[in-house]
This record gives sequence, structure tokens and C-alpha cells, in this order.
Amino acid sequence: MQLDRLPLNQIAVIRTIDWGSLPDQESHRLRALGFEPGVTIEALHKGILMWRDPLAVRIGRMTVALRTKVAAAIDCEISA
Amino acid sequence: MTQMPPLVALVGNPNAGKSALFNALTGARQKIANYPGVTVERKSGRALFADGCPVEMIDLPGAYSLDPDSLDEAVTRDVVLGNLAGHRRPDALVIVLDAGNLDNHLRFALELIAQGLPTVVALNMIDLAERDGLQLDAQALARALGVPVIETVAVRRRGLEPLMAQLDQILIAPRSVTDPVASSFGAQNQRARDIARAAIISETAGRQWTRRLDAILLHPVGGVVILLSLLFLMFQAVYGWSEAPIGWIESGFALLSDGIKNVMPDGLLRSFLTDGVIAGVGSVVVFLPQILILFLFILLLEASGYMTRAAFVMDRMMAAVGLSGHSFIPLLSSFACAIPGIMATRTIMDQKERLATILIAPLMTCSARLPVYTVIIGAFIPASTVGPGIGLQGLVLFGLYIAGILGAMLAAAVIQRFVTQSRTSSFLIEMPRYQWPRPGDIAINLWQRAWVFLRRAGTIIFAATVILWALLSFPKAPDGSNVSQVEYSVAGRIADGLEPIVRPIGFNHDIALALIPAMAAREVAVSALATVYAIDAADEDAAATSLGPKLAADWSLATALAFLAWFVFAPQCISTIAVTRRETNGWKWPIFMVSYLFALAYAAAGITYWTARSFGL
Repeated sequence: MQLDRLPLNQIAVIRTIDWGSLPDQESHRLRALGFEPGVTIEALHKGILMWRDPLAVRIGRMTVALRTKVAAAIDCEISA
Repeated sequence: MTQMPPLVALVGNPNAGKSALFNALTGARQKIANYPGVTVERKSGRALFADGCPVEMIDLPGAYSLDPDSLDEAVTRDVVLGNLAGHRRPDALVIVLDAGNLDNHLRFALELIAQGLPTVVALNMIDLAERDGLQLDAQALARALGVPVIETVAVRRRGLEPLMAQLDQILIAPRSVTDPVASSFGAQNQRARDIARAAIISETAGRQWTRRLDAILLHPVGGVVILLSLLFLMFQAVYGWSEAPIGWIESGFALLSDGIKNVMPDGLLRSFLTDGVIAGVGSVVVFLPQILILFLFILLLEASGYMTRAAFVMDRMMAAVGLSGHSFIPLLSSFACAIPGIMATRTIMDQKERLATILIAPLMTCSARLPVYTVIIGAFIPASTVGPGIGLQGLVLFGLYIAGILGAMLAAAVIQRFVTQSRTSSFLIEMPRYQWPRPGDIAINLWQRAWVFLRRAGTIIFAATVILWALLSFPKAPDGSNVSQVEYSVAGRIADGLEPIVRPIGFNHDIALALIPAMAAREVAVSALATVYAIDAADEDAAATSLGPKLAADWSLATALAFLAWFVFAPQCISTIAVTRRETNGWKWPIFMVSYLFALAYAAAGITYWTARSFGL
């Protein structure tokens, strides 16, 4: 399931990241922030007013804000 | 000859508490300058070892890796690697780690340790980690990393002595270089997570304050309401809280002026001191309280961790004009001053977005406009209330801020569409945990801002006022002439040339005169007007009354409103133009910025004047 569709407060594990679909800078910063297959992730907050964008997620012990367009490149698997 | 003290660099991820640790180690003895060749702020200070030997500390910009995404990060890399021309390589590193965020911060630490410099790790904010239910084993971490690890709580000054002692040791006996870091990012991350896991003794569910607060502050509707309320409170406070201290400063300068008049005979020197120096510099220093209140709010938002939440809340709206939440932070800082605002754009990854943000930053109502706005509003807008706790004057001020913001949004949309031709913007940012700002850190920062402002008042504004006083005082109008001194002077004649250009937008001769020195800085417009009216005053009593009533008697309301509209847009600040040139590496963009802003200012003042006139004002 793509990260932007992950229900809130649902713990998941990153399965793959489609690096090719992301601009260089964004994939570089994502890597620096620790986004990688196998890492646990959780969607915390979604959007402002009528928009569903941006998204706040927990990765490791850190909260990161990103846009849904980037989140769509991150495929996760809901952990049991 | 004395030996140079060793240089120690504090380095780490953003939000690791690096600056708090730096403040705790160096106290208030800090120097702010720029790194050679770049406008990145270099904070340095002195700390002492137990034996009294000094060490120079620098606080490097926060970074995620030595492979930079932004200009800030590039400076950190160049200093650590010793590649920054004109800057010596540090003799040792203090890597500042957020104890509560080891999984994410250790990768950069590994990369830094592999550089082979003598290194100590400060396991910082250990108290917050414990509050969140995390027990760490510093010894295990030290073994895994191969460098000493000291637990610190910078804000409570915990662990500072052991840190300095350890630093002293490694400077005397440097370690041998450890194994080279694993090559790929992925491998580094994996190793970082393994080390982090091994260092965790126990982990229980903490209280998760940050998560609970975020549920409120990032609420899709509530978050917006809270942000707007905070901004409104901030601007009301700038007006409301500053009244008393402004009164004290004003009476201080009045006393000083009276004192000089009592002890000195009437003459050129007395006129220079009272009409030139005191009237000019005093009229600007009076705004110190408002500027400090504004900076206080911005520093509190920054230090508490709320600033990135504000960026989150604003991102979608900024996206509508081709920017992102990243631009929001520099733009909010620009409300205090466009110079730190423009410098803060260095954290924006997208270069087109960065350029657009620089170009619109001067439209945010900076504190230098406050003197202009306050004097005009005070003189022309009645101090009545339009609702409970909402004054008409405050409302007009708020309106001017909104006008600047709307102008900036419009300009951003046009610039991103037609000038930079950027198609996308991006938003990707770490949101730190919330924490109580430490009063000491805020105080140091406020003091630095106050000092910068007073230094400006003492130099640029002082010089501009003195030159203006001279231009206004010479040549002397002959006795019995029906031409006033101001009209007769050099400045008056220069203003004569400018007047036909600004007459169509409702500006009079005095304004034309004030606009020239105000090119140095906007607030000079006020000191210039003060000097003009002080010199022109028919008698001593008139000179003693403050500027506001004189303007109210002299200007029409339409002119006053046009003057306000002009300053919403006019790029009258040499320092902003200079910093734009440096940040964009050339004259192209500052010239573009100055041209479009003057065009907007002229149009806005003209429209305001003629609209007001048509309403009979």
C-alpha cells in the first residue's frame, strides 16, 4: 500500500521506494532522513482544511512532514 | 607570541540541541560573523578547560550528511573536511546526538567519525529521551562507535564538565583513525540502526507529548485557527506591550535634549546635537522594544519546535503560489528583518523556490517599517476600539501586514510562473519534538538582535542623520528671508528635483526629502522627518513636541495613507539589497528586485492617494 493511502496510526514497514520517480534532491533528502526498505513507519497526520496534503509520518523516533506526491512513491506493508 | 587556542567544531543533525549546547559551553561570550566567502552565519565562542586554557568553539550549521543538499550543509562539510578557504580545519569535533533519535542521527555520526578527527560524542537531551521511556547505555555506544560518549543535557548544564575534560584528553592524545565508513548510504543506515538498537537498555511507552500536541496543532482546522491566532497575538503584542518602554525611552531622550539645551549656548553644535543626533537617532532607538517583542515571538516559535508545524500548516497554501512550507520559515523571519530571512532561505533545497523566496522576502513587513507605520498611524488613526480588545490602530497595522503578505503571494505566483519558470515545489522536513525554550538561550539571542539593531542605529542611521542634518542646515537662509531654512538648504533643493516625480502620488516636499536618506534604511524616513521638522521649527517649543502632531497638522490623510502604502512595497534598505546580491551571486536579481518593488510602491501609493481623495480625505 502506498504511504499516502496508509490509514492514520497504522504501523507499517516500508517495502520498496520508487527512487526513479522522485527528483534527485528529494530522494537524497529522504535517504538522509532514514527512509529505506525495512524501516517501520506510521502515518500520524494528514492535511490541512480541505486538502489531504501534506502528510506527517513517524519514522524511527522522528516525525517527518512530506507531500503526498512523494509519499506515493513509498510502498509499505501493514505489519501484523 | 601566544599560540592559537585549539578550534573545536560542534556538528550534528538539525534539532539535536547543538546550539543549546554551544550556548551552555560558551555562555554569552559569542561572536557572530560570516564564514569566508559565504553569508552563512558563523557563531563562535570561547570555553575554558579545567586548567584555564581557552578553546575556540564554533557552532556549525545542522546537517544530515557530508553530501550536502543545501548551502548550509555545504559549509558544514567544507569546514569538517578542511576545504573552506580562509578557515582552519577544526582540531576536534563534538558530535551532538539527540539521545531520543539515535536511529536517525547515528548515520551522520558514523560518517563524521570516519573523518579521523579527534572526536567526542555528546549524547544530548538524555532527559527528554528518559521522559519518553528510553534507557540508553552510553558505554555500549562508546564501544560501538570507538569514541568517547558523554551524556549531556545542555539546557540544564548537565555533563558539561565531563565533556570538556574528555575534549581536553583527546586533544592531547588523538585516537588512531578507525575503520573507514561503510560505503553506501543503506549500509551506513543499517549499521547505525544496529548500534542504536544495541545501545537501548529498555524502552517503554513514554508520554508522547509531541504526538498529543501535534494532534491539536496539526489538526486540519484547529491547526490553522491556532496559527492565525498566534500571528494575530504576535502583532497585537508588538503594539500593546511596547507602549510603556517606548515612553521611557522617549522621556530619556527628551531629558537628554533638555539637559544639553540647559548647559550649552544656542549655536551650531547645539543644533547638531539636539536636532541632528538626538532627534534622528532617538526616533529610531525608540522602536527597540517593538523589534525585541517581534524577535521574542519568532525565537520562541523556533525554540519550542512549533516553527516547522507552522510550515506544515502553511505548505498547501504556499503551494498555491508555487512555494512550499519551506519558504514560510524565512518569510516569517522576514517580519523581524529581511536580512536573516534571506539568509534563512539557504535551507530551501529547490533553488528556484529559494530565489523566489529571496525576491519576495522584502515584502514581509520588517521591523524597520514599524517606526514609519507607528508614527503615521499614531498621528492619523484615532486610538478608538472597534471591538473588545481590538484597537483601530492595531487593526490598521494588521491590515498593512496583510497587504504585504498579499503582495508577496501575488509576486511569488508571477515570479514562479514567468521568471524562474518553476513547475514544482517540494516539502520534506523533519519536525523536532516540542520542548520548553530555555530562557537563557532566548535572552542571549535577543541580546544579539538588540546589539545588531543598536549598532545600526549608531552607525548607518547615525551617519545618515548627520549627513542629512548638514544638508538641511546649509547653506543658511538669510535673515528675514521668507523662504524657510529647509527649502533653502541643499537637501531642500535636491528634494525639489524629486518632488515632481512623487507629486502625482500625493507626496509633498518633506516626504521627497525624507525618501532620499531612507534609501539607506526605511526607519531613516522617520528620523529624517524628525530632523526636518526640528530644524524647521519656528521656535524651541515646537521643536520639543514629538513628530506625530506636527505631521497630523501638516499632511492630509490621503497623503499619510499613500505614504504607508509606499512603504508596504518600497525596497528602501541598502543591507537587504547587499545581502540579495551576495546570496544570488550578482547584480541581476537585486536589480530586478529593486525595480519591481519600486514599481509596485509607486502604483500602490498612487492608487491609495487617488482613492482616498475621491472619498474626500
